[in-house]
Amino acid sequence: MRVGVITFPGTLDDRDAARAVVAGGSEAVSLWHADADLKSVDAVILPGGFSYGDYLRCGAISRFAPVMQLVIEAAGKGMPVLGICNGFQVLCESHLLPGALTRNSDLHFLCRDQEIEIVNNTTPWTTSYNRRKDCYPAKER
Amino acid sequence: MAKIVVDVMLKPEILDPQGNAVASALPRLGFSFAKSVRQGKRFEIEVEGEPTAAQLAEVEKAAEVLLSNPVIENFVVRVEK
Repeated sequence: MRVGVITFPGTLDDRDAARAVVAGGSEAVSLWHADADLKSVDAVILPGGFSYGDYLRCGAISRFAPVMQLVIEAAGKGMPVLGICNGFQVLCESHLLPGALTRNSDLHFLCRDQEIEIVNNTTPWTTSYNRRKDCYPAKER
Repeated sequence: MAKIVVDVMLKPEILDPQGNAVASALPRLGFSFAKSVRQGKRFEIEVEGEPTAAQLAEVEKAAEVLLSNPVIENFVVRVEK
């Protein structure tokens, strides 16, 4: 399977995402924010970082990148899309996900191990999960 | 040259931690006037001559699509002389 990893100006975690794709047994395909072609990928990952310097609102400018118009269209036709960290913010700004992200109510920067519960292991991104709980390092402000 | 101003504020029902932080810093500095503080964004857009109705309609559209996130924010467009 070919999984696209998008790089916006200011993206930081694209290499990590590409490594994860390869570790998961797929081919990682680099996509640039200005691309007008999804290079026949089967799925897309929007990695973390600070795309466009987080200017205006996190993800607000990236949402209008040429490649995002193709992602939004393909997602509408059922292509799996995964947004991590800043990528998740881009998906919210794109209205591919409902809602919006705001600052932590106490204004504290949080950096900790976060336990998560896998409530659905039938999505394209979670089929290999056979346990109910996992833990990942989280940072947020 | 005229200026079109767009004020973007979080909707009243959305928590504003930054405004709250400012509100709690004020009394520490001896300023006791604030009952509450909300923090927002202001865009100043310069145009040639007097803004036309069509220009203002375009700015309204830009404010809705880009300058604000209608999920959590409201905006007001006005002309400043």
